[in-house]
Amino acid sequence: MAPAQSVELRNLFAVSHFIKKVCEEGLTELGEPAKIKNYVFFEVEILDPKTKEQLCFLDKVEPNATIGEIKCMFHRAYPQWYPSRQALKLDPKGKTLKDDEILQNLPVGTTATFYFKDLGAQVGWTMVFLCEYAGPLFIYLLFYFRPPYIYQHRHAFTSSPYPVVTLACVCHSFHYVKRLIETIFVHRFSHGTMPLRSIVKNCIYYWGFAAWLAYYINHPLYTPPSYGNKQVNYALALFTLCELGNFSIHLALNNLKGDGSKTRKIPYPTKNPFTWLFFFVSCPNYTYEAGAWLGFTIMTQCLPVALFTLLGFIQMTIWAKGKHNTYIKEFKDYPDIRMPIIPFLL
Amino acid sequence: MVAPASGAARSAHNDVVPKKRKGPGALATAYLVIYNVVMTAGWLVIAVGLVRAYLAKGSHHGLYYSIEKPLKFFQTGALLEILHCAVGIVPSSVVLTGFQVMSRVFLTWAVTHSVKEVQNEDSILLFVVAWTVTEIIRYSFYTFSLLNHLPYLIKWARYTLFIVLYPMGVAGELLTIHAALPYVQKTGLYSVKLPNKLNFSFDYYTFLTLVMISYIPIFPQLYFHMLRQRKKVLASGEEHKKSH
Repeated sequence: MAPAQSVELRNLFAVSHFIKKVCEEGLTELGEPAKIKNYVFFEVEILDPKTKEQLCFLDKVEPNATIGEIKCMFHRAYPQWYPSRQALKLDPKGKTLKDDEILQNLPVGTTATFYFKDLGAQVGWTMVFLCEYAGPLFIYLLFYFRPPYIYQHRHAFTSSPYPVVTLACVCHSFHYVKRLIETIFVHRFSHGTMPLRSIVKNCIYYWGFAAWLAYYINHPLYTPPSYGNKQVNYALALFTLCELGNFSIHLALNNLKGDGSKTRKIPYPTKNPFTWLFFFVSCPNYTYEAGAWLGFTIMTQCLPVALFTLLGFIQMTIWAKGKHNTYIKEFKDYPDIRMPIIPFLL
Repeated sequence: MVAPASGAARSAHNDVVPKKRKGPGALATAYLVIYNVVMTAGWLVIAVGLVRAYLAKGSHHGLYYSIEKPLKFFQTGALLEILHCAVGIVPSSVVLTGFQVMSRVFLTWAVTHSVKEVQNEDSILLFVVAWTVTEIIRYSFYTFSLLNHLPYLIKWARYTLFIVLYPMGVAGELLTIHAALPYVQKTGLYSVKLPNKLNFSFDYYTFLTLVMISYIPIFPQLYFHMLRQRKKVLASGEEHKKSH
């Protein structure tokens, strides 16, 4: 009797390995004897939803093959459509099937018909974030050193007399270096990829705003904050606390997913005081992020930064509300007192 | 710029694509009919005002002043259409409608009203005439559609006259903005310079130039979209007529 298996079908290697094991040992549940399966091979045809033309016909497909495996087979016939670019559906207007769905569990006969949609060029999440975050990091530094042709020629390669300008550069760079480190070492992403068009749009937004705010902060005619060092120091404290908070939350969320199961869990506060915000909000990572940018805004007293903070806050509020509603739907015992992003308010 | 091609009511779309949407309720329909009737009347007032001023003056110069107030009132009133989309009584995209209405309002207030020196230009007449004819047809189209009694002539006019009116309007708008540029630069209108406490600057002259450049990618897209709509709407309209 084979032991109960909890396998994470995270990649195609795991999938094919899993299928091999199932072929050898049979599909077993806890305690059930292994059954000898009499194999009825499935046939799979993949059609274009608009023309109904048959793009691909696969015969001798194992009944417990997954959608991921089928996508792999389809990819062999059409090398330009790698699996993450494929969307397979049972109905031309229906939902996209998940990669870990098993063929014989789907409502199909022994000849399964799927409709194919090309999702366009895809990029892995890690690559996406590296692009989105490395850009602002380097762009801001570029403006900080004042190369020629950005400001008036006599200011080329000069530096600002104000310490707050250097401090702002350090903070901004720290923020994006932290994000890059988190992308590489901390985050685990659920969907594999993102469409290319989204990345172009996001990069324009991040890079454009970074250039716009870096231009003003590093400008020779920059005016330091009205309340001087007091304003800068309080803002710096807020910024630092929020960066630490944000990092703590990312670690905590990462540990939730750590044990390999794909099921979602309610995040709870841990011993780390920064995570105590979980008592009050569903997405404290967004709360801290907004706080950090607020700190940066006050530190630099710069209107474009305020605008960037505001837009970011609006977007994060939308995401937080979505996440909050998902939690509420999924967990009956979700804490009542929690709000999406701002304690008691929003 | 010309207003969106999508209709304000179900029947407009029924000619092209069967819609599963429920459409506005009875109260919303009544309100929309009143809105569209008022707007049609308003733009007719502007049209009549233009004609009377032309006949009185004997020349087409400086006609802007005779219709300045109703133009501002009724063009600004079109902002309500964004609300209609947001609330859902009109099945159009909020973003698209917003974009189109805001560009009109921008031209009316931030260019024509703000830079008094351009109000004598002939380019003003070019876009005011284009807007007036377009809007009279568009609002009467919506009115008749809502009442489920759309004469083919209005539908034809809406989806055909734009071929001339749209480029005419765009030409008028671009020439007007261009005429405003030297005055904006001289007076520093709506511009903020460094240094200042908020560490921010805005150059309206550069902004207007960028707006003009933005017409280059945007205008062809909208124009060809309208041409495609025309094919769809008038083609299915022909079949509809034949089946009678």
